[in-house]
Amino acid sequence: MSVASARRRQALSRFWKDFGRQRTGVVGLAILVGAAVLAVIAPLFIDESVTNVVTAGGPKMAPPSLDYPFGTDESGRSILLMVWWGSRTSLLIGFLAALVSMLIGTVLGIAAGHFRGWISAVILRVTDWFLVLPSLVTALVLAAIMGGSTFTIIMAIGVTTWPSTARLIRAQTLAVEARPYIERSKALGAGHWHVTTRHVLPNVAPLLLASTTLEVASAIVTESTLAFLGVSANKTSWGTMLRGSYDWGAATAGAWWYILIPGLCIVAVVMAFTLCGRALEAVLNPRLRKAGA
Amino acid sequence: MTETEAPAETVATDRRTLLEARDLRVEFASRGRRARAVDGVNLAVGEGEIVALVGESGCGKTTLARTLLGLERPTAGTVHFDGEPLKYGSKALKNYRKQVQLVLQDPTGSLNPRHTVYEAVAEGPRIHGLPDEEEIVNSALSRAGLRPPERFLLRYPHELSGGQRQRVVIAGALALNPKVLIADEPVASLDASVRGEILALMLKLRDELGLSALVVTHDLGLAWNIADRVAVMYLGRIVESGPVEQVLTAPRHPYTQALLSVLPESPERVVLTGEPPDPTRIPGGCRFHARCQVLASGKAAEAGVDARCRGELLDILPASAGAQAACYYADATG
Amino acid sequence: MTLLELDDVSVTYRIASGEVPAVRGVSLSLDSGAALGVAGESGSGKSTLAMALLRLLPRDARVDGRILLGGEDVLAMKWGRLRAVRWAEASIVFQGAQHGLNPVRRIGEQIAEPMLVHGLAKPDQAGKRVAELLGQVGMPAWRAQSYPHELSGGQRQRVMIAMALACSPKLIIADEPTTALDVMVQAQVLTLIKELVAEHDISLIMISHDLSVLADVCGQLAVMYAGRVVEHGPSHEVFHDAKHPYSRALAAAFPTVGDPASRLAPKGLGGDPPDPMHLPSGCSFHPRCPIALEECSSLDVELWPAGDRRTAACVHVRAKEEAS
Repeated sequence: MSVASARRRQALSRFWKDFGRQRTGVVGLAILVGAAVLAVIAPLFIDESVTNVVTAGGPKMAPPSLDYPFGTDESGRSILLMVWWGSRTSLLIGFLAALVSMLIGTVLGIAAGHFRGWISAVILRVTDWFLVLPSLVTALVLAAIMGGSTFTIIMAIGVTTWPSTARLIRAQTLAVEARPYIERSKALGAGHWHVTTRHVLPNVAPLLLASTTLEVASAIVTESTLAFLGVSANKTSWGTMLRGSYDWGAATAGAWWYILIPGLCIVAVVMAFTLCGRALEAVLNPRLRKAGA
Repeated sequence: MTETEAPAETVATDRRTLLEARDLRVEFASRGRRARAVDGVNLAVGEGEIVALVGESGCGKTTLARTLLGLERPTAGTVHFDGEPLKYGSKALKNYRKQVQLVLQDPTGSLNPRHTVYEAVAEGPRIHGLPDEEEIVNSALSRAGLRPPERFLLRYPHELSGGQRQRVVIAGALALNPKVLIADEPVASLDASVRGEILALMLKLRDELGLSALVVTHDLGLAWNIADRVAVMYLGRIVESGPVEQVLTAPRHPYTQALLSVLPESPERVVLTGEPPDPTRIPGGCRFHARCQVLASGKAAEAGVDARCRGELLDILPASAGAQAACYYADATG
Repeated sequence: MTLLELDDVSVTYRIASGEVPAVRGVSLSLDSGAALGVAGESGSGKSTLAMALLRLLPRDARVDGRILLGGEDVLAMKWGRLRAVRWAEASIVFQGAQHGLNPVRRIGEQIAEPMLVHGLAKPDQAGKRVAELLGQVGMPAWRAQSYPHELSGGQRQRVMIAMALACSPKLIIADEPTTALDVMVQAQVLTLIKELVAEHDISLIMISHDLSVLADVCGQLAVMYAGRVVEHGPSHEVFHDAKHPYSRALAAAFPTVGDPASRLAPKGLGGDPPDPMHLPSGCSFHPRCPIALEECSSLDVELWPAGDRRTAACVHVRAKEEAS
């Protein structure tokens, strides 16, 4: 129905208008879009060789200069190009890990909220168990056992961070399931699939979007932490760069650019995700919106 | 249980019985105790008949309605539809949904705020995979009094008034072409001036489509407004039932008498005291005896039935169409 | 003696998209010891009016006109004076007693709180006074030790009434005090309110959408529609012989059981209550009015005399008065 799609468009434009009012959210979004575009178009300008120790031709540990705006590292590689190339791995891991975590969390959260009895009890036990596991240590162990590929890092982060999403989604599912329209839907003959996909999922989706955005930020931090602790995909990321700066004693050598630049990248992107997530939450969650008005 | 069970015989109504509860019992675990929410109910709704189920909150009327809809499983007894006992397999239940539909008290909560009127009304036909969805929705909306339907199709619930929302809920039920509507306090959350319109709609649906209805309410005025028969429920049992004119103008059960007496404008008030009834602690004897004004006034003793009131369990009323009351005093005094 | 006088009171909410007139020029008065019922449906402005009496409205609401409580202008009061007036001279009982009580504090403490705040009782005497108040609302004194969740809905509403009585106010405003309650409990609470008003010489303003309940408790009745009083008079007369078509519809919405006229004939009004942002021109009731004349869409209606101590804002009433 064309009128229906017009209504959808109207709702979307209203969403954008509301989002536009959240000034910090707009700033965050701008940073994110910028970072994502740069990461995607990177192969058009540079390739993986910028991270190659052998082909690096610059001076070692050189401070920022015209040739090397962000300085160089211990092998004479340009920090600028490394940070640019490394953003691909950092963002990829952040997004995919958050996606994995969100998928597991959503399915289990909705199941735990929708089904009563033993299904819910079992899921809750498992969730609680994962929740009390120190996730960083678990991810560390998982990544160490499975070996350090990008895929294992993504899985290690995803598998350890879903419980909080599951908890959140379950709480929201319970709230939705208590609404009379669920009872009406059941009386109309709806089964589990219909109730969860037509009523529960659309109602938890906004919350999910906001929480996933925040989740990406924390996945990027976790990736950096894992890399810093020595478990990493064998690719250049902001985390591995920090690790390198530590290994080569950048701090004592006074090579502040080696530490600061990847660190600032992490801070900027994480902050941008957080700002976006908070803004989304404020726009999509009517209760928060009312409190803010 | 030493209670004598009334035989679940066929009912002598002038109408063909469509929906029937036979010796229905529903129990819950409530704070570690057994709550007998529905404790032996026989009730029949005939074809084209509107029955009002009246009682205070906690008397089990909503549980009874949910059980009749198949949303709750009875602990004992059966729900019969069109002479057949209701089966609880998912396929059988889904088919049953096309026959018996639900209208809830709060139209605002009954509609998903993210669904348009069209989606809300089309939900039933979609679940059952009915053809010609658009036509069904349009005709259901016009039958529910939302005319012309095109004006409403793409609106969201928050853009409608309370009365219009309840009409959308009713249209959603009508879209499945049911034979019986079970309405739980259908007008309790509506504005006073809109109530009458919704009730008139239910009467019109009965006249035009032959739709039967069970209206669950605490409001005796509503029963007087639209019902053919009324059943008064107290603590999980029906204590009095019969044609509205008879039961509401000449009530025989002391509980019905008390309910009627507290309506504004009634000459003499019988305000029952004591704690509200608790389904986890159903008293022995007549379940109403602890609050019964007739027993308290000594009239029951004069009639010589006070001992039975306190100690002897009453028979479960059959699903009969005539006026009847489960009361020793009423039986003794005629 | 006049206890409360409203003179041309208007309440306007300022929202992002403009101004919403919720109450539009209401004048009413209430003698001490009398009971006034205010009827109307959602959006009629009746609850806003009640809140305005004690300046309990949110900051984006503007109140115009004069509200005199015991001769004092409520709108001109300083904050300290206003705080003293709330509870001590006039108190309010809200609908939905469940939400008015703090779930983690005992009933007794909550009843005692306003007395302690206003220095009307010392902490050691408060217990005695609480027991006395619980007695007045028909509850045993040991209930002071209970938490709200241990009480039934009717008992909680009794506690709310006890709280309202705590500082011996001259005026009680009851906003839908029985709406969420069962018929039997409703009858108990109404009987209680009637007795308290009669025994303690308290004035009462009761707000409800149910005319029959108001007629039962109150001597005077004012019916509100779209922010205005459309009919005012002795309650039984208004209930049984309404002059304004809207009051008639409200009265018919709750039928008398046993009345053959309403048997299988539910009566209601077509249409819906108006949106205060877009009020119809002329008489704001005319789009729903079954007896509207052509002039109703442009005529400015006001409360015209409609018999002994009665007024109604309907052109038919004016016509009849002029004819006689």
